[in-house]
Amino acid sequence: MDAASAAETLNKDHLMGIGNARKRKEDPRFIQGKGRYIDDIKLPDMLFAKMVRSPHGHARIKSINTQKALGLPGVHAVLTANDLKPLKLHWMPTLAGDVQAVLADEKVCFMGQEVAMVVADDRYIAADAADLVEVEYEELPVIVDPHKALLPDAPVIREDLAGKSEGAHGKRTHHNHIFTWEVGDREAADRVFGQAAVTVKETMTYQRVHPSPLETCGCVASFDKVKGELTVYLTSQAPHVVRTVVAMLSGIPESSVHVISPDIGGGFGNKVGVYPGYVVAIVASIVLGRPVKWVEERIENLSTTAFARDYHMTGELAADRNGRIKALRVHVLADHGAFDACADPSKWPAGFFSICTGSYDIPAAYARVDGIYTNKAPGGVAYRCSFRVTEASYVIERMVDVLAQKLDLDKAEVRLRNFIRPEQFPYRSSLGWEYDSGNYPAALQKVLTAVDYSGLRREQAEKRARGELMGIGLSTFTEVVGAGPRKTCDILGIAMFDSCEIRIHPTGAAIARFGTKSQGQAHETTYAQILATEIGIPSDVIQIEEGDTDTAPYGLGTYGSRSTPTGGAAAALAGRKIREKARKIAAHLLEVSAEDLEWQGDRFQVKGVPDQAKTMKEIAWAAYNNLPEGMEPGLEAVEYYDPPNLTFPFGAYLCVVDIDRHTGEPKVRRFYALDDCGTRINPMVIEGQIHGGLAEAFAVAMGQELVYDDSGTLQGASFMDYFVPTAVETPYWETDYTVTPSPHHPIGAKGVAESPHVGGVSAFSNAVIDAFAHLGVTHLSMPYTPWRLWQKIHDLGLDKRSG
Amino acid sequence: MIPASFEYHRARTIDEALELLAKYGEDAKILAGGQSLLPMMKLRLASPGHLVDISEVAQLKELREADGLIRIGAAATETALLHSALLRGKCPLIGEAAAQIGDPQIRNRGTLGGNLAHGDPGNDHPSVMIALGASVIARGPAGERRLPMDGFYRGLYDTQLEPLELLTEIQVPTPPARSGAAYLKLKRKIGDFATAASAVQLSLGEGDTCARIGIALTNVAPMPLRLSGAEALLAGKRITAELIEQAAQIATGACDAADDFHGPSEYRAQMAGEMTRRALAGALERARRD
Ligand SMILES: Cc1cc2nc3c(=O)[nH]c(=O)nc-3n(C[C@H](O)[C@H](O)[C@H](O)COP(=O)(O)OP(=O)(O)OC[C@H]3O[C@@H](n4cnc5c(N)ncnc54)[C@H](O)[C@@H]3O)c2cc1C
Repeated sequence: MDAASAAETLNKDHLMGIGNARKRKEDPRFIQGKGRYIDDIKLPDMLFAKMVRSPHGHARIKSINTQKALGLPGVHAVLTANDLKPLKLHWMPTLAGDVQAVLADEKVCFMGQEVAMVVADDRYIAADAADLVEVEYEELPVIVDPHKALLPDAPVIREDLAGKSEGAHGKRTHHNHIFTWEVGDREAADRVFGQAAVTVKETMTYQRVHPSPLETCGCVASFDKVKGELTVYLTSQAPHVVRTVVAMLSGIPESSVHVISPDIGGGFGNKVGVYPGYVVAIVASIVLGRPVKWVEERIENLSTTAFARDYHMTGELAADRNGRIKALRVHVLADHGAFDACADPSKWPAGFFSICTGSYDIPAAYARVDGIYTNKAPGGVAYRCSFRVTEASYVIERMVDVLAQKLDLDKAEVRLRNFIRPEQFPYRSSLGWEYDSGNYPAALQKVLTAVDYSGLRREQAEKRARGELMGIGLSTFTEVVGAGPRKTCDILGIAMFDSCEIRIHPTGAAIARFGTKSQGQAHETTYAQILATEIGIPSDVIQIEEGDTDTAPYGLGTYGSRSTPTGGAAAALAGRKIREKARKIAAHLLEVSAEDLEWQGDRFQVKGVPDQAKTMKEIAWAAYNNLPEGMEPGLEAVEYYDPPNLTFPFGAYLCVVDIDRHTGEPKVRRFYALDDCGTRINPMVIEGQIHGGLAEAFAVAMGQELVYDDSGTLQGASFMDYFVPTAVETPYWETDYTVTPSPHHPIGAKGVAESPHVGGVSAFSNAVIDAFAHLGVTHLSMPYTPWRLWQKIHDLGLDKRSG
Repeated sequence: MIPASFEYHRARTIDEALELLAKYGEDAKILAGGQSLLPMMKLRLASPGHLVDISEVAQLKELREADGLIRIGAAATETALLHSALLRGKCPLIGEAAAQIGDPQIRNRGTLGGNLAHGDPGNDHPSVMIALGASVIARGPAGERRLPMDGFYRGLYDTQLEPLELLTEIQVPTPPARSGAAYLKLKRKIGDFATAASAVQLSLGEGDTCARIGIALTNVAPMPLRLSGAEALLAGKRITAELIEQAAQIATGACDAADDFHGPSEYRAQMAGEMTRRALAGALERARRD
């Protein structure tokens, strides 16, 4: 065995480090039902809270009568806005620079809005008491359509903002307008459009959906009156920021606020924000001096805590006759609901939507997003994607198909003609991003070969001749993930870095803590693998902890695929610090100078003398008893990592769908997903994340939608109606990869778990639309439920039976 | 999702169940599998003061054949129907429908009697039982009655059962040789009610003519729909593609479906036709092979 393969064997097999498809360390507890989620937390004397919510989309509150509820035995309190007013907590700031009513103050602006909270001995009494709270409403006209919200005489949704012509992101032009966000050179883009040989334009809605994690949101707040300490267990993807916000709002010193995120049953962006339920539960605990648990029901989760998307987009491309794209223009009406509670870095009201030039070298581009208030639930979070990246990727991936159709060019060919070429990296996009690395043509070519693309197109032609509907969808997407850097990205002023603290114990085992927070991403496994490779101790003996703000180092949390780009980088650099100190200890033990040593994966060896070596295990022991003169004992390191740039994972997906002409049912026959996330830490974990993200993409494309009727009533906010596919409906996935490391990340890794969602949705969409492309169809709105597709089929007369 | 408070009673025999019902009157509800009743209670759409649980009454779980009738206890679970060799051999339509109801957890608890008594037009067994020409036995203070499934439903959640009556048994005439059946259900996903579904049970006679046929639709009207017109069209004839097409048109024309997330009424009516088309073709092929 040569040295390189020996090192590989050591790293992968013995240490189970980077590249090893080891099993997940967290799974034994999860699959045995031993996870500890919010609802598993039970404190002595704990009370239960239940929200009273608005049954109307828009109404004035004329009165709230709590007497009957308070009269029910076992009820301890019924809190309304009036109770929060003296504390100035009836409104709270949002992450997007707006304010949100904690409990409705004189009026409600969406169905399900929080009006009062009942606190009782148990859940059953709380539920009965909530029914007894009498609220008198006077209904107001409702707007659920963002286009209508901007009509001059549209009802005023946010009376609290009367007279405020400036919002957190500049000028407001209408009482239901939140912000206008522009990027790119509009004039340059317009000029290109004016002269272009070919232009295409398409309007598309990315429907309102919900991240719908299996575990709903909730908290247990516990205020210790004697010590003046507040402990909050919370389903939070970002516990440290929550602690800071709680300290700021409550005036309790941050050192006396303990926020703990236990195991989280899925987040997908739904658990980034701070919800009224948390705030009122905290107040209730402070007032009553007892722990208070508040956990959402399924319907509450789907109808009140952070939705995603609701982007109404118009995309335009200008190109030459060969299909070379010269310019892009995009306009978005962004429906943010009744309060702007988007969870984006504070200076980015439309998130990273400016990644909408995608994988293509587009010389001129301009995008504009207008945020709008409607009588719908607040939110607009990044559901399994980096901030607004799915929306951005959707519009460009769709527009490239529309252009191909217009020019009668193959959809793969148009992509190949427009890709940013490998030698152009690092590549600066016309909307201001610096793409770190990529090889788009290689990825697409690999997929086309694997699926026999030309064979599929031949088959499609034959089927079309027989009147059958078969579609082939491509998506060659690029993501932008891993916020910071600090200079451009912050949340409420706190820079978006992340952190790792590691301590090696005398026996060579270790504990490492992070500012991120896993919700299913397997951080306990993959962080340990990074550290195993960097430090040379097995990943099995490296314990990973996150989520307890008392013990973990400060960090900004997990969303937008930022853990590996930031926390993973911090792990690698902290590991290297450990190794540097270990080198000095080894030199001392071997009585040579540090420069005479070489690293062998799990030991320092005197150069060229294999039997003169000290393993990390031996060095760890020495760190506690036999150190060089003047060196402090112990073996610890801390790294706060401010990424120099984001990372740009990419992929090439191909979907083949057959559509039943008589029922409209789409059947995904094949889905081939090639991902490039740079260095692959754990191939099995990656595959699992890809499967999950694709399943969620399938759900969005084929069935998910939060539909409001004209009265502002949300239709079908339960899993009977809201489409969550099971293993039976979910297609079979074929996965593949290429490896193009990130040049600026310490181990060359990029984020990955959101790529399948970002790339998946447009692949499904493009496949379904491609099935109709020969009939002149350039766009169909998601979700592709059988009846919608049947409607199109029927309108086109394709369901006629011959004979 | 917490129901209002109620008292729970477990009946051990049919008589005990009837006594409890008589005692608590309108304030009592029978609890079988609870798969429809409990969700309604949790949403507080129903709040009975007393529940009389019949799920452990042994007499109500029997499944046997006697005198040309397949007799199924009202509390037999979907899972029991699925695993019954008797049904698989002699009346596969029931198991075929049961397999398309809910998911394994729902099927482990949900009962045939509950599915029929509930009166939800989305439930699958009612149309199946109508197609099979089945009857149910109801027992109450006034004694026992036999009610044909055709005509059992009066409207949405409204049946011929009296408040103090217990549905005890389902009686299905054993299909003769050369029978075939199919239950075609269009749904979005596991655990979903039908967008539209069609049940067909037919028997062939001399020269492959249709000796008996039952056709009924699920979830395209406030109650299950028996397609008497289509049955009359096909009875006594050799079933051809043209006749199937006509029967499918009749199915579409008969529908009175609501718009919902499964689709608008027109789509659901068209799908009732499509499911009928497929169910007829499938049942016919099976009958020819039987
Ligand atoms: C998620 C979900 C999906 C479902 N999907 C389907 C589906 O696709 N197709 C389908 O057909 N069903 C479906 N169901 C309903 C399920 O089949 C129920 O089991 C069935 O509707 C009721 O049977 P049960 O035994 O659970 O009755 P229960 O819920 O216990 O009772 C229902 C009603 O019937 C009455 N009742 C019950 N037994 C008797 C009796 N012997 N005599 C008189 N009255 C009685 C009760 O008092 C009550 O009013 C679904 C249920 C769920 C929760």
